[in-house]
Amino acid sequence: MADADANRWARYDLWDERHLSLDRFAVEDPENGFCAAASPRDPKPSLVIGNGLIVEMDGVPAADFDMIDEFIARHYFDLTVAETAMAIDSREFAQMLVDVAVPRERLVKLSAGMTPAKLAEVLGHLNTLELAFANTKLRCRRQPSNQAHVTNAKDDPVQMAADAATAALYGFDEIETTVRVARNGRTNAIACAVGAAVVRDGVLIQCSLEEAEELRIALAGFTSYTETLSVYGTEATFLDGDDTPWSKTFLTAVYASRGLKARCTSGSSAELLMGFHEGKSMLYLEARCVCLQRAMGVQGTQNGGIDGAPLTSSVPGGGWELLAENVLAALLDLECASGNDTRHSESEIRIGAKIMPFLMSGTDFICSGFGSIPKYDNSFNASLFNAEELEDFLALQREFQVEGGLQHVPEEQLLAARARAIEAIMAVLETLNLGRLSEAQKKSVLYAHGSDETDSFAPGEVAGMNAALVEQHITFVDVVRALAARGFATEAARLLSMARQRITGDYLQTAAIIRDGRVVSAVNDPNRYSGPGTGYIMTDERRQAISWMRNEVSERDVLAREGATGQQESRHWRLEAKGEAGPGDDPREVVIGISPGFGLRLHKTTGGVPLYKVLAALLEGIREGGGHPRVVRVRHTADTSFLGLTAARLAGSGVGIGIQGKGTTVIHRHDQAPHMNLELFSQAPLISEADYRTIGCNAARYALGQSPVPVMIPYRGQALGARFHVQTALLYAIETSLIEAGRNPEKLEVEFYDGRRATR
Amino acid sequence: MTDEGQPDKLDALYPVGEKQPERVRTRHGRPLADLTLDNLLAGHVTASDFGITAEGLRLQAAIAERAGRPNLARNLRRGAELVEIPDDVLLEIYEQLRPGRAHSADDLRATAERLRQSYGAKETATLIEEAAVAYERRGIFQRRF
Repeated sequence: MADADANRWARYDLWDERHLSLDRFAVEDPENGFCAAASPRDPKPSLVIGNGLIVEMDGVPAADFDMIDEFIARHYFDLTVAETAMAIDSREFAQMLVDVAVPRERLVKLSAGMTPAKLAEVLGHLNTLELAFANTKLRCRRQPSNQAHVTNAKDDPVQMAADAATAALYGFDEIETTVRVARNGRTNAIACAVGAAVVRDGVLIQCSLEEAEELRIALAGFTSYTETLSVYGTEATFLDGDDTPWSKTFLTAVYASRGLKARCTSGSSAELLMGFHEGKSMLYLEARCVCLQRAMGVQGTQNGGIDGAPLTSSVPGGGWELLAENVLAALLDLECASGNDTRHSESEIRIGAKIMPFLMSGTDFICSGFGSIPKYDNSFNASLFNAEELEDFLALQREFQVEGGLQHVPEEQLLAARARAIEAIMAVLETLNLGRLSEAQKKSVLYAHGSDETDSFAPGEVAGMNAALVEQHITFVDVVRALAARGFATEAARLLSMARQRITGDYLQTAAIIRDGRVVSAVNDPNRYSGPGTGYIMTDERRQAISWMRNEVSERDVLAREGATGQQESRHWRLEAKGEAGPGDDPREVVIGISPGFGLRLHKTTGGVPLYKVLAALLEGIREGGGHPRVVRVRHTADTSFLGLTAARLAGSGVGIGIQGKGTTVIHRHDQAPHMNLELFSQAPLISEADYRTIGCNAARYALGQSPVPVMIPYRGQALGARFHVQTALLYAIETSLIEAGRNPEKLEVEFYDGRRATR
Repeated sequence: MTDEGQPDKLDALYPVGEKQPERVRTRHGRPLADLTLDNLLAGHVTASDFGITAEGLRLQAAIAERAGRPNLARNLRRGAELVEIPDDVLLEIYEQLRPGRAHSADDLRATAERLRQSYGAKETATLIEEAAVAYERRGIFQRRF
């Protein structure tokens, strides 16, 4: 009952309990930086060139350039196209981005002549759908991929190795780890590399740390890429990030000099969070970031909000803006690890919606860190999708036939890989005298969902291991030797193969991943999407891989289950056909018309009530209501309405009940149209034994000319279709296969065996 | 920008490790084929073998250039200049380029000169000289901690 003293709409109480109510939405306020695009303070696009130098950019004369302007002005532009590019109407260029007839190369080329303000203006003309389509066309690599976060709350290397193997099996091409305790980077990196090597050759590993420390670990050969070269859209933010465009450019070259893959990081709201947004819009500031990155010569970027995504998502157009950032990166020919690595909302609806444009368009890495581990184990903070939601992601891939880079893994394969990863990392730790575990401790990791369940190394022990690794100058060579010495030759060879990539440097080209030991990048697998039937198309094999779900239901499963149930329950009752059923003349007679498969091939309703109990309840109910029941099996139809009407026409009272094997029931009367019944119970999964009794009782009362209160099956909004329709369709197909057109209903003798006594 | 003829040439060359592995040498001049597990276990190959060479990076720079990526090519050429510079020297220069570490443009110019003279790192030196001017104009030499 509604509260008579209520002072507001009761629905707000419900809404306040939903997860969405935990999300905060900000008032659009450009002055204070809460603005997705087109802030009044964003400059108008302009580019003035004099004597081969940029003398003005986006309204700022060269003398007033901040260091971001200056770096872009010096290194970004292709002056051979700048004049042409700036002269193109922004809306016209936006059209070209979604025109399949305009090749990507031409757009990339022209973008090198456009200023950040111009690029932001262009993107402003595209809606979300158009952005996703532009992304399909503009992303660098044909084949989409995905990256995993592999971390845990204890920095436990044993769990980390098992989880890295798990991530590699699910299909991630890159693994990014980070630490809870700053000095634990080495064990994390080794564990991820060893774990991934158990599964396959070529998973790229990163350990995200303070810039210099991260480089040291990479130099020891434990990791193969970095993406923490952060850049920002305002000068003051850049300085608080403790870098300049020149220091970051130098560091980028240092990574190249050691044969290490690198990408930058940027993302909207970083400037807002760090206090220096200059009242500019998020998209404009990000346009500066990506222009700067191309100017630096880095091959790719991780952008799309990243840590700032929740803040960006709080403003109107936030989700649109995050996508626009990634499209901008793709247009600028940068490998794009497209964010989707931060839980931007507590609402699962917003999360599912957020990922869709990316899954539809494909990106170089859909998530720049999918949480392959539980949320609480994620040392970067929860990702958009996490171990908890991995199967949801797989369901989206399957449902929309889109490539998210992942696939299901059979449990035996999963446990075998985890077990081997645990043994492999222990071989390394034992050989290097860093630690030992009991069998029980190892087993705690094997089956663990997350670190809450593990009894492995304590954080203090891990810190000690890292100190020893530094002190003894351990490199990947020592790890390879330890693996080989303990019989892990395959893993040793795979680590070696990854190290060899550093010598050829093939994976320094744009958007490189390694599949089956082969480098696949924008150079040898460029995206040339130009309309339907072009670009990335799944092979049949891949389609099958993404189409498999755990606990899929097939006809065989349903039949096997029904068969087993039938055997168990045959002792409770017996149905015997006694020839053709004719019309009755008893005015109290109610006929129950059961479907062709009822009690023969089908034995339980979708609500789990055994059919012998259903029939017994209907019979009892009819008697209770003062009627005389008769049971017939209908042969010519399995449709509830026609079952009911057939029964009603046979009944002396003119009232009958039709019921299917899956439990759907109707009370019908002889003079009604087939689909115009007295009472219909279509929500079979919710109908209880007691309900069937009441249904029987009501039918009898109709027969006696009374007006019973209709039976109300309580429904609480369950997605019955999602839960039951697969089974329902399969069960119903069994019924329809038994139909014999034109055959008359059969009289049935029903006996129930309750202990010793048979009852009619 | 690639023209019609060039993708084929790239196909024959890239990935180098797969198409033309004989063009790649380790920093100690060994062929890729020598980097086997047996050689590593026997100690014939060491950690220092597993680095890219300046030639290797210049080859990748040429590939990037041909694939239409001049900025990436420039970065890879800067990388090539840094191959022979010891890790700690690189980390020291990086540190010096961070805000407030160097005290004047001259500090950076000295580093640029050293890169040019000792290692022949011309493009990187130019970049650092450019930073020296920009830092001075924007007050980046100001002490930050």
